[in-house]
Amino acid sequence: MYKKICSKYEPTKDNLIHILHEIQDTHPQHYISDEAVEEVSKYLNLPTNHIYGVLTFYSMYSTTPRGKNIIRLCESPPCYIKGSENILRKLKVLLGVETGETSKDGLFTLELSACLGVCGNAPVMMINEDVYGDLTEEKVEEIIEKYRRAQ
Amino acid sequence: MSLKRIDLLICCGSGCVSAGALKIKERFHEVLKEKGMENEINIIETGCMGPCDYGPVMVIYPEGIFYKTVTPEDVSEIVEEHFIKGRPVARLMLSDDERTFSVQKEVPFYQKQIKVALANCGYIDPESLDEYIATGGYEALGTALTEMTPQDVIDVMKAAGLRGRGGGGFPAHIKWQMVHNIQDNEKYIICNGDEGDPGAFMDRSLLEGDPHRILEGMMIAAYAIGASQGFFYIRAEYPLAITRIRDAIEQARGLGLMGKNIFGTDFNFEVEVRTGAGAFVCGEEMALIHSIEGERGNPTPKPPYPATQGLWGKPTVVNNVETLANIPTIMVKGAEWFNTMGTQTSKGTKVFAITGDIRNTGLVEVPMGITLRELIFDVGGGMVGEGKFKAVQLGGPSGGCLTVEHLDVPVDYESLKERGAMMGSGGLIVMNDEKCMVNVAKFFMEFCVEESCGKCSPCRIGLKQMYEILDRITKGQGKEGDIEELQRLGESVKMLSLCGLGQTAPNPVLSTIRYFRDEYESHIRDHSCSTKVCLDLMNFNIDKSRCIGCSLCARKCPTNCITGSREEKYVIHQLECIKCGNCYDVCPVNAIDKIPGMHPEMKEYRAKLQAQKDLDD
Amino acid sequence: MKTLADLKKIREKAQEEMKLRGSNVRIKIVVGMGTSGIAMGAREVMKTFLEEIANRNLTDVIVTQTGEKGLSSMEPVVDLIEEGKAKVTYGNMTPEKVKKVVVEHIVNGRVVSDYVVATGE
Ligand SMILES: Cc1cc2nc3c(=O)[nH]c(=O)nc-3n(C[C@H](O)[C@H](O)[C@H](O)COP(=O)(O)O)c2cc1C
Ligand code: SF4
Ligand code: SF4
Ligand code: FES
Repeated sequence: MYKKICSKYEPTKDNLIHILHEIQDTHPQHYISDEAVEEVSKYLNLPTNHIYGVLTFYSMYSTTPRGKNIIRLCESPPCYIKGSENILRKLKVLLGVETGETSKDGLFTLELSACLGVCGNAPVMMINEDVYGDLTEEKVEEIIEKYRRAQ
Repeated sequence: MSLKRIDLLICCGSGCVSAGALKIKERFHEVLKEKGMENEINIIETGCMGPCDYGPVMVIYPEGIFYKTVTPEDVSEIVEEHFIKGRPVARLMLSDDERTFSVQKEVPFYQKQIKVALANCGYIDPESLDEYIATGGYEALGTALTEMTPQDVIDVMKAAGLRGRGGGGFPAHIKWQMVHNIQDNEKYIICNGDEGDPGAFMDRSLLEGDPHRILEGMMIAAYAIGASQGFFYIRAEYPLAITRIRDAIEQARGLGLMGKNIFGTDFNFEVEVRTGAGAFVCGEEMALIHSIEGERGNPTPKPPYPATQGLWGKPTVVNNVETLANIPTIMVKGAEWFNTMGTQTSKGTKVFAITGDIRNTGLVEVPMGITLRELIFDVGGGMVGEGKFKAVQLGGPSGGCLTVEHLDVPVDYESLKERGAMMGSGGLIVMNDEKCMVNVAKFFMEFCVEESCGKCSPCRIGLKQMYEILDRITKGQGKEGDIEELQRLGESVKMLSLCGLGQTAPNPVLSTIRYFRDEYESHIRDHSCSTKVCLDLMNFNIDKSRCIGCSLCARKCPTNCITGSREEKYVIHQLECIKCGNCYDVCPVNAIDKIPGMHPEMKEYRAKLQAQKDLDD
Repeated sequence: MKTLADLKKIREKAQEEMKLRGSNVRIKIVVGMGTSGIAMGAREVMKTFLEEIANRNLTDVIVTQTGEKGLSSMEPVVDLIEEGKAKVTYGNMTPEKVKKVVVEHIVNGRVVSDYVVATGE
């Protein structure tokens, strides 16, 4: 599977970030395994420690398995001013997790993020690639419920 | 020719989408289908219209009627009343105390604005190349390629005096001239779309709302400097912007605007999209270049500058999204026109993202030199809620706070810098008097600590130390001398750091100390946070004379630290209180107060602990 | 596309599609679409206008609608508003009459006085 992803790109170093993104996005647990790193290393002819160096530099990559849906709540000042803390508290209660953890059912991983650039509608979170703004505690409950039902 | 009689422009910028714009669009399709009116109405998705706070918003032509906060339930009414009967729905229009604004251009939010970069955002369908061309798109490129030399183009930019909108304010033409002058058959142009400043979203809106404009700007720059390969570097948090730019590139290729012999000349151009992966420092141009190369995005010392040794060691120009957005219009309308807007040193307009405790949050474009007062109170509509204006943070984590006394300062690169703030990318975070400035400074510092790439120790260690001091102060453990220590550390981090992140990160702290020193002092000396934001420096107290002894608070307290009876009334045992605020929220007669300052019981307890600790040591 | 002239062609065609948003409008046709107007056939009237204008490729004319104007006995009512001229209001419109108004008034600039119920503001 990793080979197939690699082969979509020219085997040059500047494609590393693209390849890592695609590997992570297509993995059901949204992470990059050691095995994947090996494959990429072979394909691009780069030492694995270069790849780990890049992986750990960028906050969006994960080297541990995560949930089906990645929740990224913005913690930057404009969202904070509009009450992102309350939203965080609500999410923790709803999912029964602390930040960085995955819910027991494997459906959600809760992460914090720097500004998502939708500050006009603060507080904001992203679930996978969808953005939700003007969050209230009630709205968060509905949204999470929607993802649970979609199961 | 079409039979359409109404253009329905639905804002589908990320702000409105996050507020549910796509559902509204679907609903319109449904209702119009039911009524058999699909052929009469054009539904057009546009980029950001600006007033994100009122999302989802829409404008309906030919009249230009503006609706705000539309819900799916409102759709049938709009179709029935407005589309069929011609009676616009007043309930959905923006209004203030005196009047209702039906037409978009009457809305005060738009009145002091002059749209150059944002001209098409919210007006055209960003996915339609035809609509971009209809507004005069690609004419600047065509004219430049067929009638001007690269030097002519640079001369126009020089006369216009366009300065970089990515933060530094460096004149675009100087970089272009440098790269133009170097003989090399491999040169690059990069569009910096990494936009990481908290509170900034103008680049996202431009990329999403008018992608062809950015592409055209980039191609004009490429022609001027002699590059035939470009890159868009867009942060991964902006999936829609990435898609829109990719689609725009394909559309341009379809029409022969990309590839070989563009406009029948020997100008060839190819462009690729690269994405970030969640690292703020990658917005710094050298870091960005390394990131494109497939390396860790660490800044490297300058010189060498990208102009001489950029991407793969070749001459490279890095320009910000908004900088590029200005270029096509300058080329069409001329430098002289551009010079009619702005101030002596800061020409043209600037896009600002206004957020925080302000009525009209969103995106605005105003001539440089406008005062903060006009920007915040006229365009921004003033403060929302009860709170009074206290401070505005400009330039994100590298900028600074300004206060009431600066409201008449003109917004341009130099005036802001003189006062310890910064234009930065144009984020404007407005705060009311319920915000604690020490806490805000701590927040920005936390951001910088997390985002420091760690390559140089002043930034990595110095910022961490500053953060720890701020954290202590907000927890009631500040010491005499902390303020001076913060200033000392701040100055040295600024001096000794390699890249702009470290060089500017202390600014929020230094500027809040400069303008709100008394707040720092009361946190440290009196253990009191006057805004009651710092939980360790405030307390909840039940006023016995108002308490009716209903016991509601006691039942809701998670730590069971409220006791009492109907007769005795209730009291909070301060040492166990975790300041969750439940009691404050539930009290039916508002007998519970938030009081600034640490409770005396707590002070005593902490002093005892400290004494014990000193003894143990 | 190879020249600025090619670009201009595309632009003109595209501007045509966007004319509802532009200012390049010579005549605005306003159809009264209140309840009584609709009851009297205003929708048919509006449709006919749209079709006729499309068939004749009239690029500087737009059709829009308004609410009840209080002329119930003369519904469907239509206003023709032309830059720099007095407004003309036609009453008791039918698709047949619409066709005539398009040819006479909009194309040839001659008011069809038989159908006029009011002029000016
Ligand atoms: C830490 C840091 C982050 C930056 N982030 C951005 C950014 O997100 N977008 C941007 O255009 N410029 C950013 N810059 C500025 C760039 O280094 C560079 O000056 C700019 O892209 C040049 O474009 P301009 O001259 O058109 O403004 C950043 C600089 C630093 C030091
Ligand atoms: S100043 Fe900070 S972010 Fe910049 S290179 Fe040094 S450690 Fe990295
Ligand atoms: S603030 Fe919370 S913990 Fe403190 S007394 Fe009130 S309910 Fe109890
Ligand atoms: S601060 Fe939260 S999206 Fe920008």
